[in-house]
Amino acid sequence: MTRLVLILLLVWVAPVWAVQPDEVLDDPVLEDRAREISAGLRCPVCRNESIDESNAEIARDLRLLVRERLVAGDSDAAVIAHIVERYGEFVLLNPPARGSTWILFLSIPALALAGATLAVAFLRQRARAAEPAAALSTEEKARLDELMRK
Amino acid sequence: MIVELGHFALILAFAVSLFQMSVPMIGAAYGWRGWMAAARPAATAQFALTALSFAALTYAFVTSDFSVHLVTANSHTLKPMLYKITGVWGNHEGSLLLWVLILTLFGASCAWFGAGLPPRLRARVLAVQSAVAAAFFAFILFTSNPFLRATLVPFDGQDLNPLLQDPGLAFHPPFLYLGYVGLSMAFSFAVAALIEGRVDAAWGRWVRPWTLAAWMFLTVGIGLGSWWAYYELGWGGFWFWDPVENASFMPWLISAALLHSAIVVEKREALKSWTVLLAILAFGFSLIGTFIVRSGVLTSVHAFANDPERGVFILLILAVFMGGALVLYAFRAGALEAKGVFGMVSREAGLVFNNLILAVSCFVVFIGTIWPLIAEMFFDRTLSVGPPFFDATFTPFVVALAVALPFGALLPWKRAKLARVAVALIPAGCLGLATFVLVYAVFSGQSALGPLMLGLAVWLVAGSATDLWQRTGRGPVAGRFVRLSRLPGADWGKAIAHAGVGITIFGVAALVTFETEDIRVAMPGVPYQVGPWEVELLEVGQVEGPNYISTMAHVRLSRDGDLVAILDPERRIYPVAGMPTTEAAIANGFTRDLYVVIGDPQIGGGWALRVWIKPFANWIWGGTIIMALGGLLSLSDRRYRVAAGAAKPRQGVPAE
Repeated sequence: MTRLVLILLLVWVAPVWAVQPDEVLDDPVLEDRAREISAGLRCPVCRNESIDESNAEIARDLRLLVRERLVAGDSDAAVIAHIVERYGEFVLLNPPARGSTWILFLSIPALALAGATLAVAFLRQRARAAEPAAALSTEEKARLDELMRK
Repeated sequence: MIVELGHFALILAFAVSLFQMSVPMIGAAYGWRGWMAAARPAATAQFALTALSFAALTYAFVTSDFSVHLVTANSHTLKPMLYKITGVWGNHEGSLLLWVLILTLFGASCAWFGAGLPPRLRARVLAVQSAVAAAFFAFILFTSNPFLRATLVPFDGQDLNPLLQDPGLAFHPPFLYLGYVGLSMAFSFAVAALIEGRVDAAWGRWVRPWTLAAWMFLTVGIGLGSWWAYYELGWGGFWFWDPVENASFMPWLISAALLHSAIVVEKREALKSWTVLLAILAFGFSLIGTFIVRSGVLTSVHAFANDPERGVFILLILAVFMGGALVLYAFRAGALEAKGVFGMVSREAGLVFNNLILAVSCFVVFIGTIWPLIAEMFFDRTLSVGPPFFDATFTPFVVALAVALPFGALLPWKRAKLARVAVALIPAGCLGLATFVLVYAVFSGQSALGPLMLGLAVWLVAGSATDLWQRTGRGPVAGRFVRLSRLPGADWGKAIAHAGVGITIFGVAALVTFETEDIRVAMPGVPYQVGPWEVELLEVGQVEGPNYISTMAHVRLSRDGDLVAILDPERRIYPVAGMPTTEAAIANGFTRDLYVVIGDPQIGGGWALRVWIKPFANWIWGGTIIMALGGLLSLSDRRYRVAAGAAKPRQGVPAE
């Protein structure tokens, strides 16, 4: 059994787990910045995972690249720009606010505003409307009379 | 043989659904009682046949009948019995069968418990419900048949995705489906009301329990899914804004809006056309959710059916039902006039604000989820919309909702004085503010958002308590306590559900803001400190499970020399499925979770070990359970049963 386990462990290339101990930078401030940047970058081969969470090999490479650039003294923006240059804006989990993406960003306050305007208009109208007189049909009136007589 | 019986039952159920969607509808239009009455036995038959079909598929899984293609692809003789059963819905075909099973169950329960409904409305509701079922029966039979036999029968199966072999995930889909599909009832009621041209208080009273039930199931389903992600995916995340999570979150938000606006319809006969629209949209988002999950159109962890043909079919169903319902709405909504009159400051206005926030926040989730698709189709840009976007855009709405909720809950109907409500809320406000200031002062250097959310959470819980206390009226305290215990279930349900929202927000804010993480190479027998806890890797060994092989570590956690827990984090390999998984070990606690994950052996000896301290993690799911519990209490309010049953059937205006 032990041998089988060993064989299996060898055959399955052990997946690389998210941030590894050997990746962590000694400088905690730089490491914190690295983590923050990593959380905003998408792993290019994964489905909706940031490189910070991903187990993929390329995510590890990117994490190491981010740290390399930070140690070299790049600013956060420069590190991100460096990676976007290589992999395209696809890797940004927060899409950059330029061009058509403005539609995405502006649609939310636009809808909120439109909704609020409509809601206020509706409330005004409701507040002004007179309570409609309880219009009873003849049938209902007859029933009411009958009830009142009892 | 049994499998063929199941297949045959499914085809019969399809035939019954075609009957039930047409005959009662025609009967209702012409006032033919017999035709209308046909809907009830048909609904029962439809459910019975679907249940038979589902039982047959379950039988095939339980007995590992590998001549059925689906069983081969998703099961294995060595798999534990629990997962053989849950494997029935752990795949595309089976999960759709579960979907229609629940759909027909809702239809049947409407037939069983709908004795108090006006016969015409009931016939129409059942017909619409059956039309939805017919579409899904066709979808299953023509594109995703679970009963197909294999020509060559293999010796053993290919096993279920190991990630799905887990109790949390085993019961996540059924709850979620109960929620998704439960909203079909609200949809059917809305369409029937539009055909009828009539929405009144009785209609609101009928729609609300169905919506409440659906919302409750969605709440539990989403909670289970999030809890599963927390302990199974190996880094303790609980929400990823993944398209599939969003797909379940959107109907949740809309149904929350719907069950609030239905109150206004019921109590005040206003917001009728808006409520009908919400009922249509809520089910629309359920269908969109099904489309997103089933078509794999948006790449995501969950999309295990990447088949465009199926995607197109669901899109077609979505287009027919949403398109049809919305066109009907456009023509008939004008007939639904509002009656109630209320001031700018009133319970009604509060609920309008609630609906505004929930609807717009649902739009935020929606646009963010589909934006990558739009960008690619229309602007030729491949981009991602991920957690940073949602965190930034969704949070303001949470804040707005949390600030306003206690005010809205306390406002009386019709006309209110904001000042009076504000005075009642002073203690709750002070508590919330004190929490914010205290946390912000003690943990200086943090962003203000975490403390703000904690403060808001306290405000929500205290506000809910205030709400209950206010309901007891005036007078001596002892008398008020007595009255507190006699308050109707709906009052308790409301306060508890609102408090649950606060508790979930508290858990999320605490976890996100104050989490501690430690990643290092741990040497066996060498203890080290993580915060106040002492961590020691005792040993790592190999363990064999029923259908996996595990590398299991023993990790000792202690505090001030006292043993807290010995945890056994694992890394498993499932040889048949060829997949590794991480099994985190968690010491659950009321105020914190200790979360340990074992990584790779290191070249210089020792193992990569990750330890997290996750403050108040359990409060996230505790809050969701409390929310659902609030819904349950509200549902159990006897006023529903009494009043709904006693509602006088009245004739509506027939549709031309």
